[in-house]
Amino acid sequence: MSAGAPRSLASSGQKSIQDICHPLSAEESALNPGSAADTGLILPNGTPVDTSSPASSSSLLNRLQLDDDLDGETRDLFVTVEDPKKHVSTMETYITYRVCTKTTRTEFDLPEYSVRRRYQDFDWLRNKLEESQPTHLIPPLPEKFVMKGVVDRFSEEFVETRRKALDKFLKRVADHPVLSFNEHFNAFLSAKDLNKRQGLALLTKMGESVKYVTGGYKLRARPAEFAAMGDYLDLFTQKMGTIDRIAQRIIKEQSEFLMELREYGPVYSSWSSFEEDLHDPLEGVSGCVSNCSSALEELTEDMSEDFLPVLREYVLYIESMKVPSDVEKCQDRVECFNADLKADWDRWENNKRQDFRQLLTGMANKNIQHYEKCLAAWESLVPLLQDKQEAEGETS
Amino acid sequence: MPTKNNFLDSRQTKEKRSPVSITPSMVEKGTSLLKKMEISVAEAEKRTGKNAVNMQETYTVYLIETRPVDAASEGTNPVLDSLWKRYSEFELLRNYLLVTYPFAVVPPLPEKRAEFVWHKLSADNMDPDFVERRRVGLENFLLRVASHPVLSSDKIFYLFLTEENGWKETVFETGFQAKADSRLKALNATFRVKNPDKRFAEMKHYGDELQSVISQLLRVRARAADRLYGVYKVHGNYGRVFSEWSAIEKEMGDGLQSAGHHMDAYAASVDDILEEEEHYADQLKEYLFYADALRTVCRKHELTQYELEMAVQDLTSKKQQREELATGTIRTFSLKGMTSKLFGQETPEQREAKLKMLETQIEEGEEQVKERNAECDEFVKSAWVDIERFKEQKDHDLRESLISYAIMQISMCKKGIQVWNNAKECFNKM
Repeated sequence: MSAGAPRSLASSGQKSIQDICHPLSAEESALNPGSAADTGLILPNGTPVDTSSPASSSSLLNRLQLDDDLDGETRDLFVTVEDPKKHVSTMETYITYRVCTKTTRTEFDLPEYSVRRRYQDFDWLRNKLEESQPTHLIPPLPEKFVMKGVVDRFSEEFVETRRKALDKFLKRVADHPVLSFNEHFNAFLSAKDLNKRQGLALLTKMGESVKYVTGGYKLRARPAEFAAMGDYLDLFTQKMGTIDRIAQRIIKEQSEFLMELREYGPVYSSWSSFEEDLHDPLEGVSGCVSNCSSALEELTEDMSEDFLPVLREYVLYIESMKVPSDVEKCQDRVECFNADLKADWDRWENNKRQDFRQLLTGMANKNIQHYEKCLAAWESLVPLLQDKQEAEGETS
Repeated sequence: MPTKNNFLDSRQTKEKRSPVSITPSMVEKGTSLLKKMEISVAEAEKRTGKNAVNMQETYTVYLIETRPVDAASEGTNPVLDSLWKRYSEFELLRNYLLVTYPFAVVPPLPEKRAEFVWHKLSADNMDPDFVERRRVGLENFLLRVASHPVLSSDKIFYLFLTEENGWKETVFETGFQAKADSRLKALNATFRVKNPDKRFAEMKHYGDELQSVISQLLRVRARAADRLYGVYKVHGNYGRVFSEWSAIEKEMGDGLQSAGHHMDAYAASVDDILEEEEHYADQLKEYLFYADALRTVCRKHELTQYELEMAVQDLTSKKQQREELATGTIRTFSLKGMTSKLFGQETPEQREAKLKMLETQIEEGEEQVKERNAECDEFVKSAWVDIERFKEQKDHDLRESLISYAIMQISMCKKGIQVWNNAKECFNKM
C-alpha cells in the first residue's frame, strides 16, 4: 500500500474530440492487437489469465470455474470489471472500465466480449433491471455522488474501490438465474455502442415501465411471513451502522497512535547519537518502532480500503430493496412477487453469510499479519542486544 | 536477575518487582554491606498523625527489612530487622550523602510526584499503584547505595537501615545541614570558571542531553500509551455489537457470539500491557534523575575549581600589592592605592605594618591554595572513578531495560496474534 497522497491515473491526455477513440467503439480491440492474447483478465482469485493460445471457450470456462460454487450450478457466464482508464475531453473528464465477458450461452452472439463502460452505464443498467424485474432484488451499485473537493474522484484508491464494487455488482447479476438473462444486461455486456441501445430501449419499454416511488422495503407490503424479514433488515442495518462506526473509530485511534509512534522512534535515534556502547541498541529499538509504524499504517489503510467499503455496500444493498407501491394493484403480480422474492431472499442470505465470513476473517487476518510483522522486528532485535551483552560481560 | 528477596516470598501478598538488576558481580565488587545483609522495602502503610504545625495529616510509611546474608544459605528462619520510615527520611538520607560525598554520583530517589502520566494512571500520591511503584523505587535506591563502593560503608546509611528512632537526630548532629546550606548557596550562584576541565564539561553536557532526551522519550511514550489504550478498548465495542447481532442471526449466531468474547478479551488485555510498560518507564525515570545527579557532580567540581581559582587570584593580587608597597609603584589600580594618593603618602611605619599584614595574608593564602589544590585533585580523582563506575552501570542497566522492553513487545504481539486467531476461528464457523 502506498503511503502519502493518492496517485492519479495515467490520463489519455488532452486530445481533440474527433481524435478521441470512443470508448464504446469497435476500434478498441483493434487498437490493442494483443488483446486477444493478453486480455489482462484476472481470475476471481486474483491470478492473471494467460490466453495466448487460441483456446475454445469451453476449455477456458473450465479454467475459470469458480471454487465456491454456491448452488453447484455449472456457470456459463463470467464477467469481470477491470482496467480503469481516465478519459479527458473538452467537455468532461471521466473514468471508463473494461467489462470482459466469457460465455457459452446462446443468448449471446459471441463467446467473448470486451467493452468499455463508465459509471453512467452501470447506473443505466441497474435502473433498467429494476424497471424490468420489479419482483427481484437488484444488487446495489457503489455510491453515485461524491463530493468534489472532499474525495478525489480520480485517485487510485477511489477508482480501485469503485472498480471492485462494480465488479461485484456485475458478478451478482451474472450469478442470478433470472437477472442474468435480462436483455438489458445482455446489451450492457455486448453492445459496442450502448448509447444508441439506451435510446431504443427507452422507446420500447415505455409502455411497460413501472413508476418508482420510495417506500418501505419490498417485504413490508408482503404477508406476515415476510414481516419478520423486514424487521430483521431493520436490525441488521442498525448493526452494520454500528460496526461501521466502530471500525472508523478504531482507524482513527490507530492513526493517532501511529502519529505518536512516528515521533517516538526517532527519539531513540537522537539518543543513540550521543551514546557509545548504547548506540547500537538504541538504534535497533528505533528501527523496530519504525517497522511497527509501517505495519500499523498498512493495517489502517487496508481496513479503510477493503473493510469499510464492503460493509457500506451491504447497507446500500438493503436500501435498494425498495418496493414500487402500485405493484399491489395487480394480484397476479403479487403472487409472482412472493415467489421470486423468497428465492432471492434465500440467495441473499447465503451470499451475506459468505460475504461476512470472508470480510471478518479478512479483518482478523490483517490484524494477525500486522502483529506478525511487529513480532518479527522485535524478535530479530533481541539476540543483537543480548550478544553485545555477553561480550560486555566477558570484558568487564 | 536480583539474588535477594527470596525470604519475602512467603510473606508477599503481591508480586514484588525490582527494576534494578543487581548482578552478583556488583555485590562482589567490594560492597561489603551487601555481602553481609539483604535489604528490602517490603511494605507500605498509611498513617495519620500530627505534623510540625500540629495539624492532622495522612502519610505513607515504608517498611525496611534487613536480614543477615548467611542465614539465607542455612535455611533457618532468620532474625529480621525491620523498621518504618517515611519518604521524607529517605530524602534526608540522600541530602546527607550529597553533602558528605560531593564527588559521588548519588543514586536518585523515586519521583516525589507522579509525572509523565497518561490519562488512566493517577497522579495522586495516595493512589495505591503509585505507592507500590514508589515502594519499589525506594528499595531500588537502598540497593543502589548499598552496592556503591564508597557510600555503602557510610555509618549514617547503616544506621538508617537499623535504627528507627533517633536516626534523624543523629543525622542532624553531623552538622551536615550547615554545610549543605552554604554549598547550596554557592552552587546556585552563577560563577564562571576560567579554565574549565574539559572532561567534566563534556560530562555535564552529556548529563544535559541525557536528561533532555529521556524527558522527551517519557512524554511521547505516555501519549502513545494513551492512544494504545484507546485502540484496544474500542475493540471491546465489537464484542457488544457482535453479541447483539448474533441474536438476530441463525447460522451465523454462534460464531459471532464467540468472536465477540475474544474481542472483549482483547480489549481487556491492554491493562496488563500498559502496567508492564510502566515499569520500563520507571527504569528510564531512574536514569533521568541519575542524569541530574551526574550534572550535580560536574557542577560541584566547577565550584571546587572556581574556589581554587579564587584562592589563586586572591593570592596573586596580595602578592602584587606587596610588590607595589615594597617598590612604591602602583601597577594595578586599587582603591586603597588611590585613597592613599588622595590623602597623602603613608608613614614608613604604616607601610611596614601593612607589609607585615600582607605577608601573613600571603602565607595564609598560599596555605589556602595548597589546600584547595589538594581538594580539587582529590575531588577530580574520586569523582572520575565514580563517573566511570556510573557509566558502566548505566550502559549495563539501560541495555537490560531495552532487552526487557523488546521482550514485552514480543509478548504483546504474541497475545495479539493469539486473540485474532481465536476470533478468526469463530468467524470461520459462521
